[in-house]
Amino acid sequence: MPLRNDVKKVLVIGSGPIIIGQAAEFDYAGTQVCRALKQEGLEVVLVNSNPATIMTDKTMADRVYIEPLNIPVLKKIIKKEKPDSILSTMGGQMGLTLSMQLAKEGFLEQEGVKLLGANPETIDKAEDRELFKEMLIKIGEPVIESDVFYDIESVVNYANNVLGYPVIVRPAFTLGGTGGGIAYNEEQLREIGGDGLRLSPITQVLIERCVSGWKEIEFEVMRDSKNNTITVCSMENVDPVGVHTGDSIVVAPAVTLADKEYQMLRSAAIKIIQELGVEGGCNVQFALEPNSFEYVVIEVNPRVSRSSALASKATGYPIAKIASKIAIGYTLDEILNSVTGTTYACFEPTIDYIVVKFPKWPFDKFVYAKRTLGTQMKATGEVMAIGSFFEQAMMKAVRSIELGLDTLNLPKLKGCSALEIEEKLHNCDDERIFVVYEALKRGVPIDNIYNITKIDKWFLYKLKNLVQMEKYLMMSDLTPEKYKDAKDLGFLDSTIKRLSGQEPPIKLPASYKMVDTCAAEFEAQTPYFYSTYDEDNEAKEFIEKNDQGKKKILVFGSGPIRIGQGIEFDYCSVHCINSIREAGHEAIIINNNPETVSTDFDISDRLYFEPLTPEDVDHVIETEKPDGCIVQFGGQTAIKLIKYLSKKGVKILGTSADDTDAAEDRDRFDHILEQCGIPRAEGKFAFHTNEAVREAEELGYPVLLRPSYVLGGQNMIIAYSADDVIEYMDIITANGELENPVLIDKYLMGTEIEVDAVCDGEDFLIPGIMEHIERAGVHSGDSISVYPPQSLSKDIIDQIIDYTGKLAKALHVVGMINIQYVYYKGVLYVIEVNPRSSRTVPYISKVTNVPIVNIATNVMLGKTLKEMGYDSGLVPNADYVAVKVPVFSFSKLTDADSLLGPEMKSTGEVLGIDDTFEQALYKGLMGAGYDLNRVDEGVLITVKDADKDDAVPLAKKFIRAGYKIYATKGTHEHLAANGVDSVMLNKFNEPEPNTNKIFDTGKIDFVVSTSKIGRDPAVQSVQMRRKAIERSIITLTSVDTANALVNCLLSDINLDKVHMVDITKI
Amino acid sequence: MEKAYKDIRPAYLILADGTVFKGRNMGVAGTTIGEVVFTTGMTGYQETLTDPSYYGQLVTQTFPLIGNYGVNSEDKESSRVWVSGYIVREVCFEPSNFRSEKTMEQYLEENEIIGIYDIDTRALTKKIRETGVMNGAITTEWPEDMDALLKEIKAFSIKDAVASVSYDEPMTFTIDEPVCKVVLMDYGYKKNILRSLNQRGCEVIVMPHDTTLEQIRKIDPDGIMLSNGPGDPEENKEIIANLKEILDESEYPVLGICLGHQLMALAYGAKTEKLKFGHRGGNQPVFDLNKNRIFVTTQNHGYAVVSDSITEDIGRVSHYNANDKSCEGVIYNRPATFTVQFHPEACAGPHDTQYLFDNFVSNMIKYKGEK
Repeated sequence: MPLRNDVKKVLVIGSGPIIIGQAAEFDYAGTQVCRALKQEGLEVVLVNSNPATIMTDKTMADRVYIEPLNIPVLKKIIKKEKPDSILSTMGGQMGLTLSMQLAKEGFLEQEGVKLLGANPETIDKAEDRELFKEMLIKIGEPVIESDVFYDIESVVNYANNVLGYPVIVRPAFTLGGTGGGIAYNEEQLREIGGDGLRLSPITQVLIERCVSGWKEIEFEVMRDSKNNTITVCSMENVDPVGVHTGDSIVVAPAVTLADKEYQMLRSAAIKIIQELGVEGGCNVQFALEPNSFEYVVIEVNPRVSRSSALASKATGYPIAKIASKIAIGYTLDEILNSVTGTTYACFEPTIDYIVVKFPKWPFDKFVYAKRTLGTQMKATGEVMAIGSFFEQAMMKAVRSIELGLDTLNLPKLKGCSALEIEEKLHNCDDERIFVVYEALKRGVPIDNIYNITKIDKWFLYKLKNLVQMEKYLMMSDLTPEKYKDAKDLGFLDSTIKRLSGQEPPIKLPASYKMVDTCAAEFEAQTPYFYSTYDEDNEAKEFIEKNDQGKKKILVFGSGPIRIGQGIEFDYCSVHCINSIREAGHEAIIINNNPETVSTDFDISDRLYFEPLTPEDVDHVIETEKPDGCIVQFGGQTAIKLIKYLSKKGVKILGTSADDTDAAEDRDRFDHILEQCGIPRAEGKFAFHTNEAVREAEELGYPVLLRPSYVLGGQNMIIAYSADDVIEYMDIITANGELENPVLIDKYLMGTEIEVDAVCDGEDFLIPGIMEHIERAGVHSGDSISVYPPQSLSKDIIDQIIDYTGKLAKALHVVGMINIQYVYYKGVLYVIEVNPRSSRTVPYISKVTNVPIVNIATNVMLGKTLKEMGYDSGLVPNADYVAVKVPVFSFSKLTDADSLLGPEMKSTGEVLGIDDTFEQALYKGLMGAGYDLNRVDEGVLITVKDADKDDAVPLAKKFIRAGYKIYATKGTHEHLAANGVDSVMLNKFNEPEPNTNKIFDTGKIDFVVSTSKIGRDPAVQSVQMRRKAIERSIITLTSVDTANALVNCLLSDINLDKVHMVDITKI
Repeated sequence: MEKAYKDIRPAYLILADGTVFKGRNMGVAGTTIGEVVFTTGMTGYQETLTDPSYYGQLVTQTFPLIGNYGVNSEDKESSRVWVSGYIVREVCFEPSNFRSEKTMEQYLEENEIIGIYDIDTRALTKKIRETGVMNGAITTEWPEDMDALLKEIKAFSIKDAVASVSYDEPMTFTIDEPVCKVVLMDYGYKKNILRSLNQRGCEVIVMPHDTTLEQIRKIDPDGIMLSNGPGDPEENKEIIANLKEILDESEYPVLGICLGHQLMALAYGAKTEKLKFGHRGGNQPVFDLNKNRIFVTTQNHGYAVVSDSITEDIGRVSHYNANDKSCEGVIYNRPATFTVQFHPEACAGPHDTQYLFDNFVSNMIKYKGEK
């Protein structure tokens, strides 16, 4: 069936802020969808609260709303825009749940809006545990023995008397399995089951037989209205059932299944999607008992997902795009396979390489968070690697994940005894694969490792091949044959040299193979490549064949999504590519993140799916011979390459390597500031603990400690004493000597201001200035940021403009510069300067309507700002106020402290945009999930001494807003002394009434908690904050944030008083 | 890997055009000549090796990792390995699967197959795709006289393929309380055809390829199944003549698969042609004109029936390949007679078209009831 003629205007709902379990993959899907729909001539209305996305660009849709994603807002937008259809399956769980709710309420029918992609019956059959089970039983597919419960006593009774332990708890309708887990006894079950019930929006949990240790196999399936059904890809989790698939190392295709097992599961997946009646994409997960044909269906996701993004990148089959075409009426046999251009989308991709996906976890940020992996996903992002051999792909993945490794040797395991290593095999955590590797090195038998980990022996044998190659390299002569074998297994030249102590006898250049969906059966024109070591270099052929004499510009992506380096950088990379192509050049990208838009093969002229290490990049350069490269948009991952590239003689477009260094190097930068007459907080540096303590004492506490060359405040703290400094230095030096010093700065608690600017070497352009709600000390990425500034006088603004211009010129910036200032006691200081794009660029581009990345790219390509029609200085303020509010994923990370500080902790952000600051803030907070219509109960305030004075007016405001105040002793006494009533509570571990049990009473709506020390889960304040988070109670760890929130509560703003702003009209 | 260092035996793949790929030897040493083809299936290598349709061919796997789940005694499609040589990128020396009994290396050795691994199978596939199927040789000895070898390679053609792979004597595979009785004409049948029929309640009598109508009448079956098989269909003059007689003189329901499909067409006077590089793999999309949708199928053929040669007085094309539009199935005017180019019995590959066996069985039951 061709395009439906009753679909003209489609509403697409995005997935909202990046949180653990819902990341950039939905921007990739959403962007594909918008492009596909527009290609069909449909009018697209897009809603997403996440301003860092590419899908919310004004060019992506006809109308774009960066508004909170909830039912009342969507209703307002639907009434305003009157779309005839809504596409529900592209915005992750968020988009799906909202669409279903709108449908079930009858609102869509009432407004005459059709639901595309899925209907509520299908979704219920897939997502409601009971209906799902019924459906499977009906079609004769095996289910895991389980039952659904609504209260904890029934849960315990079922486990005790029917199933036996261990059991798995799965809450209904939660993201990434939030609140789920495996319980090995009644006590654990009461805890996990209770959490699950609370976190499920319908207070429902499923208790099931534990099939931990079985093989976990996934299929991506597509179906259309004609019942054409195909499987796009199979995937096998290296980590067996028990570890969330988002936290598993995954390979595609499945490798340990014989055809009989493979076809058995494939047929089951097809049967399921046909029974569900899904029209579009669907993910089916199976558990397969390793020693028989017994299997069970674990889960079905009737929408595009993280796995579908991975499958798309792994095969070249664009699932989201095809799914959206199916949703508007097309069938698979009508849609061309854009990879070959001659065959149709109704086929099954076959691949001639192997893909490894490796998760990126945030435990480097959350040092004390529990690293154990289970049914609750904890990874923030992932990388994908493609190779001709599993070992090769695995080694590439390990390099891509940016742990500083070039093999699977984790330095900290070297010091462990063989016994300790074997003991560690029992810990199912983020380091398990490295422990397994170390165990293989120590000669632990494969059977033992298998018995403990249940990781299929196939993978263990392959890892053993790597161990053995390391040994071979260290032994005897490095023959050409051995060298070639090492290259095939994914060893870098530098690694081979290090291990063998010898120069390679020959040097093998990388050759690149095409990802073409068909294993070379048909000729394809996909500009999508991966490296291996053969003679036949398809990328080279491709370049020669398609040579149009254009300049070739290489862009480096930002790698895996992690805290501090998120989707914003992909936004920048993609816009940079677009700008290069618009300027008439060829844009080539290297990146390794399968979730992103930049790794969609039709974004750039050529895509290399490769690690971003110097040697890997070097190979691409050898094949491409680019005319220049751009490092400013790929975050720290890309900028780290600048020194190497510059040394290699590759032309860097934009700010030079030397000037980039000048901004990072403490001495050189101080010198520049001095020259410009710009003050900065007094600072020192140190390499060793003793030195650091001495310098800190000299500066006077509190001080800010951070390593040089950081992003997202990695390993950054405010130290109030020598103890803090020592603890910090121990952590940061755990993996060996420091290459660059730790910076120690006097900590100034003033107003923080952030500026992104573009400079052409002569003139500079500031699209907008952002002011933070939280005073310095909270990382800029975790602060609520307001554009334009609300409290700064014209004099200060002028000073900011002046300083920005001076710094840009002094650093010879060509392209982007990001500067953070603090205004403290009448003086404007510079905190730091980054000569690259920052995470605020997407949002400031959108609210100011200044295409920053485009301008900066053109500047790097040689244009001047004047030529592009821009005057030097600050662009006049827009008519709107925009408030960016950070979003956190603390509920997913056991034992992670929510106390905000100089180290970034947020995973995503939302934007509130409206006429006034109050309206914008209201929308921002609402978008971030703050419920501003709570039944007024109480607020718990417990603050450190430095915040006690600020707590008094804050408490008064909460009282005025109708809340009762609860406080711990110190805070209570200080409030009392200032005439404010509060109920005193004891500390977390003290007798009741205490800050533990109070959360079980439902009396607390908000917590305001600041403390001098945090992180360590043994600290009572940390335990209290964890408890609040587990109870889904809003916890504010800065008085400034609390103040903004209470102002909102006090204002008379509500949903009727805010506007739905179409940002294409700005 | 250990193997790679202690026991590396070089091997060469030499194509008719003189192209040489250097790799390593697996299986036994020696020289073998055949038609180089590639299959895109990512699983099912054991089924591939034992599929008689690969007789005379040097089979290349496009999926680079072969032997991962080992070899077992169940997943054989016939009694032995039929390929003339085996070409893979990486062979797994340490397989893992609960049914694995031996490694690929051992299996090839036992079956005396010359194999080569560690070559760029993608480059090879591209070559075949571009130039069409080509003869070649795998050898473990660098030829002293390359010209002579190339001559020999070029001169090679697959001869008497069906006779070489099919059984000489009838065999009966019965089951409890069969619902009908099928004669399976063995042109190199795959065991799963037999299993698929047995599973549906059919007693199966496997008959040699040169079986005549008279011999079939003695058995008095409820239907005839024409199996898959190797080689150029036109070569089988005797079979075609026998088939013509069967079709003209009897009313047995017929289902033909692969070579069986081609032989039927030839028996009716239609034509077959050689494809440039064939369809081999488990991901071939086939449009079913009756069901008005696409099914993903397993295929293994180098020849196809010419669609235009299926004239109205013979029947009509029922299936075509969604990629190259070639003929994939025919429904004949003769009652209860249909054939398909692909393999509904799968093994290896998807099971999506097994309903064709159900159709055949119901045709037979109907026929039985009327007889």
